[in-house]
Amino acid sequence: MSKEQNQPQDSKERIGVYVCHCGSNIAGVVDVEDVAVWAKEELGDEGVVVSRDYKFMCSSLGQEMIENDIKEQGLSRVVVAACSPHLHEATFRTACERAGLNPYLSELVSIREQVSWVHTDKEKATEKAKAMIAGGVERVIENEPLEPLRVPIHPATLVVGGGIAGIQTALEIADAGYQVYLVEREPSIGGHMAQFDKTFPTLDCAACILTPKMVSVGEHPNIELLTWSEVERVEGYVGNFSVTVRKRPRYIDTELCTGCGICWEKCPKKVIDEVFEQGLGYRTAVYTPFPQAVPKYPVIDTESCIFFDNGKCKACEKLCPTGAIDFDQKEEILLLEVGNIIIATGFDTFDARRIPEYGYGRLANVFTSVEFERMCNAAGPTNGEVVLRDGVTKPEAVGIVHCVGSRDRNYNNYCSVICCMSSLKFAHLVKERTGAEVYNFYIDMRTAYKDYDEFYQRVMEEGVLFVRGRVAEITDATRNPGEEGKLVIQVEDTLAGRQRRIPVDMAILSVGLQPPSDTKEVAHRFGISCSASGWITEKHPKLDPVATMTEGIFIAGAIQGPKDIPTSVAQGAAAAARVLGRINMGEMYLEPIRATVDPEKCSGCRICNNLCPFGAIIFHEDLMVTEINHALCQGCGTCVAACPAGAISGTGFSNEQVLSQIEGLLAYSFPKDFELVEMVPA
Amino acid sequence: MSEQFEPVIIGFTCNWCSYRAADMAGTARIKYPPNIRLVRLMCSGRLDPTFVLKALSEGADGVLITGCHPGECHYLEQNYKALRRYRLLRKTIAQMGIEPERIKLVWASAAEGVQLAREITTFVEEIRALGPLRWPVRLAAIERQETAVAEEVAA
Repeated sequence: MSKEQNQPQDSKERIGVYVCHCGSNIAGVVDVEDVAVWAKEELGDEGVVVSRDYKFMCSSLGQEMIENDIKEQGLSRVVVAACSPHLHEATFRTACERAGLNPYLSELVSIREQVSWVHTDKEKATEKAKAMIAGGVERVIENEPLEPLRVPIHPATLVVGGGIAGIQTALEIADAGYQVYLVEREPSIGGHMAQFDKTFPTLDCAACILTPKMVSVGEHPNIELLTWSEVERVEGYVGNFSVTVRKRPRYIDTELCTGCGICWEKCPKKVIDEVFEQGLGYRTAVYTPFPQAVPKYPVIDTESCIFFDNGKCKACEKLCPTGAIDFDQKEEILLLEVGNIIIATGFDTFDARRIPEYGYGRLANVFTSVEFERMCNAAGPTNGEVVLRDGVTKPEAVGIVHCVGSRDRNYNNYCSVICCMSSLKFAHLVKERTGAEVYNFYIDMRTAYKDYDEFYQRVMEEGVLFVRGRVAEITDATRNPGEEGKLVIQVEDTLAGRQRRIPVDMAILSVGLQPPSDTKEVAHRFGISCSASGWITEKHPKLDPVATMTEGIFIAGAIQGPKDIPTSVAQGAAAAARVLGRINMGEMYLEPIRATVDPEKCSGCRICNNLCPFGAIIFHEDLMVTEINHALCQGCGTCVAACPAGAISGTGFSNEQVLSQIEGLLAYSFPKDFELVEMVPA
Repeated sequence: MSEQFEPVIIGFTCNWCSYRAADMAGTARIKYPPNIRLVRLMCSGRLDPTFVLKALSEGADGVLITGCHPGECHYLEQNYKALRRYRLLRKTIAQMGIEPERIKLVWASAAEGVQLAREITTFVEEIRALGPLRWPVRLAAIERQETAVAEEVAA
């Protein structure tokens, strides 16, 4: 059946087959002893000289069994029939290597995830296991010894996003002595945490715990801070990325600016600050987003600046004591060489206008959580006073609505993790600053982490009222006495078993978290992917939350999924540790799955040239042949499949390997006595 | 033969999405018919149409091609190339007299174990309805009939 028939007997490979019981995971459905015996008998002609079954092949004893057979029986190929290669391919490869056999001369055939766990008919499952092993045996004969590719790791790191996760990760890498480029789209680092007033459960002032870290970043000799900048393009591969960063013009010469603030104090043009103040306050055309901004240099918003509109004003330029205003400043394009990238681009919030029943944007005193944070902040638009939209009146009753846009099939199906705690925090702050009655409308109380539930109990003791039910409507259409001039929250109180209309003066919507609106484009730029709900996909949700499927690119913080500050910090530290480990090793080994063009066979048809998204395919005009750059090749094999001359070979997944596997799978898939009836047309 | 016809199907999966979906179906113990045997490739873009033809010529009754959803390919856009080849391949085998429905392309992301199992189950039934292809056996039967006819003519 295979090429062995054309070769003399003594050039046949010596193959060892190992069938794992995996306890009863496999053995409970597949007759593993029968399979092992069958492999020796049926596949002996193909070269199987040893065939064993064992309880747990991945155990030390299992691995030793393979190693001993390699040494004593002179095995040249190994096939293990067990679990998924994603679990133990490396284990058995390493075992082979220890015994002196090239690790790529082994195959792990999955008869657990692919057979015993998904089929119930034991006879058919056993037959399928045999066919899968035959496929593996035929394939492994075609395997070639390979060496992993060594790539050097550039010691610099790119961190994208200057929120708390990005700040943490940058500091850890920089403190270890390595260069970090921190790119942030806004004029200052700090992210959403800089907008908050207090953080749960400790009620620490957000700015007080954040700004020291921000200052460390600003002053760190190993961190090059690139704010008001964005990553334009990423090329290269792990250890060797070339990143193009567009540094937008601030129109402030940072060499001269002292951060004195005269420019934005005197700027005559005021606009509503939609970003940092969430539309509740004003800023000037030349501005820093908040007083503790890092870096301290302001930026000029060309859309609102009078000079950029009609050439007049220039008050800032006239008044700047160091002459730091530079209206002619141009954008800078920087090319950075880095070894690893950490993406920490955080989150956006759900747009509450999408739920018209809640009246946000229509009813004046319906606020979002972020607006309320700004209101509570002592440096915010109301100097920390909890007041209605008129800026003066204190509320007598406040309703806080949980799960706005979250846990909702109509909007975002997932739970946004932090809203219960922040809703409790708001309840506490309202109680602290006003004498108002406070209602929290919740579905479940999610207060799972350290000191969180104790905080919930404290808020309960402060006299906050809790109503279990998803709010149906917030309206100013009053009907009952006592509702005049109020907002009415219509809700089913599920614990009391009846509908309630609760009049309040102010409603706070705890809006859910969403990935930033351009996450898909950003992910594509870096060559990583997003999940269905838009958060960036981690390598493994349980075991590898900070890595991505692309080597050298890590994620940290909310961009991986909604999370609180301690978890974001932990992930930032985790990503930093991963990168530092890489930098410390100095080089990395990559899977040697690469494509190679045989220049003898290449006719220069160039069909393959357009197929590579990584730019690894180069055409040599002078020689009229194509060449593949092994460093850039990611091993997808598309060019291998496309070449009409078969001039491109793909190591690890060669044509010979796959075709042999198909032969093996099908050779044992049919009952021997199968007869086609009425197959031939009359 | 009163036994029900059991199709034999070869499935091609990509290492990053659909193979992980198959693994996920396994981890979640989702059941599907044992008629399919999966081959792992690094990417659906690796799928050489020759592989499909090989499978059919070695006796498979159907071939299922799977990969990452468009826009989610681990290698960025190679699944689009798989899609192009699939379309052309279907036309080609129709020209050879084989029902194009014997080849099917489905996308499955790494989290879609349930969906993949469902697609496999559906495809097995679709092929069952089409009946066996079993090319080597069919070819042998045709040859036998031709020989018989030739002998009859000679006699």
